[in-house]
Amino acid sequence: MFSQFDFDVIQRSLPFLWQGMLFSLGLTLLAMVGGIVLGTVLALMRLSPYKIISMPAGGYVNLLRATPLILVIFWFYFLLPILMKKITGNPYATGLGPFYSALITFTLFEAAYYCEIIRAGIQSVPRGQVGAAYALGLTYPQAMAQVVLPQAFRNMIPILLTQSIILFQDTSLVYVVGLTDFMGAAAKTAQRDGRLVEMYLFAALVYFMLCFGASYVVKRLQARYNVGRI
Amino acid sequence: MKRIASLVAALIAGVTFTGASVAQDGGTLKKIRDTGVVKIGNRDASIPFSYLDDKQQPVGYGVDICLKVVDAIKANLKMPNLKVEFVPVTSQTRIPVLTGGNIDLECGSTTNSVERQKQVAFAPTYFVTGTKIIVKKDAGIKGYDDLKGKAVVFTQGTTNERAMKAYNDEKKLGINFIPAKDHAESFLAVETGRAVAFPMDDIILYGLKANARNPDDFLVVGEFLSDDPYGIMMRRDDTEFKKLVDGVVAGLYKSGEINKIYAKWFQSKIPPKGVNLGFAMSDALKEAIKNPNDTGVGPCGRMKC
Amino acid sequence: MDFSVFLQPAFSGGGVYLDWIYSGIKWTLLVSILAWIIAFSVGSVLGVLRTTPLAWLRVPATIYVEVFRNVPLLVQMFIWYFVLPELVPKDFGKWLKTGLPMPEFTNAVLCLGFYTASRVAEQVRSGIQSIPRGQTAAALAMGLTLPQVYRHVLLPMGYRIIIPPLTSEFLNIFKNSSIALTIGVLELTAQARQISEYTFKTFEAFTLATVVYIIITLTVVFIMRRLEARVRVPGYIGMQGK
Repeated sequence: MFSQFDFDVIQRSLPFLWQGMLFSLGLTLLAMVGGIVLGTVLALMRLSPYKIISMPAGGYVNLLRATPLILVIFWFYFLLPILMKKITGNPYATGLGPFYSALITFTLFEAAYYCEIIRAGIQSVPRGQVGAAYALGLTYPQAMAQVVLPQAFRNMIPILLTQSIILFQDTSLVYVVGLTDFMGAAAKTAQRDGRLVEMYLFAALVYFMLCFGASYVVKRLQARYNVGRI
Repeated sequence: MKRIASLVAALIAGVTFTGASVAQDGGTLKKIRDTGVVKIGNRDASIPFSYLDDKQQPVGYGVDICLKVVDAIKANLKMPNLKVEFVPVTSQTRIPVLTGGNIDLECGSTTNSVERQKQVAFAPTYFVTGTKIIVKKDAGIKGYDDLKGKAVVFTQGTTNERAMKAYNDEKKLGINFIPAKDHAESFLAVETGRAVAFPMDDIILYGLKANARNPDDFLVVGEFLSDDPYGIMMRRDDTEFKKLVDGVVAGLYKSGEINKIYAKWFQSKIPPKGVNLGFAMSDALKEAIKNPNDTGVGPCGRMKC
Repeated sequence: MDFSVFLQPAFSGGGVYLDWIYSGIKWTLLVSILAWIIAFSVGSVLGVLRTTPLAWLRVPATIYVEVFRNVPLLVQMFIWYFVLPELVPKDFGKWLKTGLPMPEFTNAVLCLGFYTASRVAEQVRSGIQSIPRGQTAAALAMGLTLPQVYRHVLLPMGYRIIIPPLTSEFLNIFKNSSIALTIGVLELTAQARQISEYTFKTFEAFTLATVVYIIITLTVVFIMRRLEARVRVPGYIGMQGK
């Protein structure tokens, strides 16, 4: 039945696929920014000498890192609205729509992974730097913001970007709750027209080119930074 | 140990935080007025109730009726520029997405059941169907008992899944069940030979068959395994909104406009391929139109248990 | 919250809903462990190939790693399950779909195994490459052949160094096994979803599943820490700054 393949189906559905791609890319970029910001906060909390601050952050990170992403997507997609109602008292706090629901999910999930990268990055900055900053009269927030974090981020950029490529691949999992990201668009077209072979191969090719291209850029970047550091 | 302790702490925090019961919703109309948007849950492949046409836009019998409801909301709120947003849902996600507030109406192919009424409310029945199976013509399946030991695909979260499983348990058929995400995927499992049968509401099966590449390869067989009255789904305990929706549906029935909408989707050419399902209105639906009601099926899958 | 729901009789198949969870755990573990066997063996071979001085061995291994790493697992799952049977000769395709025992399960194991192999390969490669070159040179100078160098010098050291990253790769396979639900394997996440659907006790079902995932993760981490401590090369791992 699939003896003759029909690759026209791809061309016919390009606008729909493009919309899906915008969903995937938008979700990736925003979740990356949100994840890195939240991840930084979590990392600073985990490095705090006060247990009351470090423990909740550690618990959060370990909890999310031990749970499969699909289960986390289910948690947030089905139960976040109930939680939001409870917190805000507004029964429709999450008339948020699928994009923002997914954005919150991925931001909160990826933050746990970014946190561990950032924590390692902060720890890689020699202690002497913090001491020197204090000696110069900087406060803790100043030392962090002006001395430690800029150096840490410079070292971490390649790993953070690699994690973001994984995040981009992970966004395809919103398929499980029926949303129309790039994979969702491909699957919906594939199933409606009975063209699974063509559409799934096309989806694989597109993901491969984007991720391979992005990893190549990251590698080049890494090489340059390494030279700079030596 | 520290790690375990922090995990436990986070868990407990999570439990006490989310453990609340579902807050009683009130005022879908108020929400729509505040946000200026009506959100409608649509399906990918519930032909001809709610599915994607050749431009990937949601269309169908249920979608048309929901758009009538939107007109009434516009008039009620005096907001002619109210926006309509479609949110894709599946059989699995439709109820939690609705109760969670991400959609206000679901106009697909949702069976009104007593069990679901504990979670959501239904407008008066707008279609009456029941579970049958679709099989390949050359598979030699004449009825349910021929499925013994065979692979059967089902769409997760449907009443048909329950009806088929109950029958399998009762008759000890030893069916090998394969779950799928939505009707199109289930149908493809039959088309590609992965499963021999797909239990679903007969009308949906006719819709899928008509739009298949080779419609003549398929047969819809069997007696009804369950009764499935469809209704628009909305949140529970919102009397004001339910009254409005019920009123619109009953109005369509009274004015006879429903016949036009019915003819458009069941007795004319429909997108994407321009086939005509040629499905005459059943007596059960005529009865439901004469006496609009939102009675659901009982736990046994039948109107009378 | 009402966790007694798990003791209620299940809709189908006799038993109670807790039995569905048990069955989910069983499939999750089966998929993970079998896929890990593939990932570990194929990944080790690929990782070794990537470190050999021979380009005709290195290049195919590199291509494999790049292809499998840069396509989302979900897409790979669909290609194994939906696409492959249509691309092979018709009879074989038909066998893949109906003749193969438990096609969903088998596909999930193969897909996860070959996907994770690309990640294991990278770990094995970096483990081998972290061993000072002098050791290879010394071994070759002592008259060992290249295969013997791998067998007696590089691999025993390399594997010990990469126990922590391999542990996290195993945990990844274990978590990624939930993606098997997209092709119909009723593993733990799918069972939790199914229970929530039948009982509307979404919160309880997801909580139980999450707790099970955490318990298994902690168990694996605990066992691997013990193993790591036992096989540690004195003075070596400390040198890595760990």
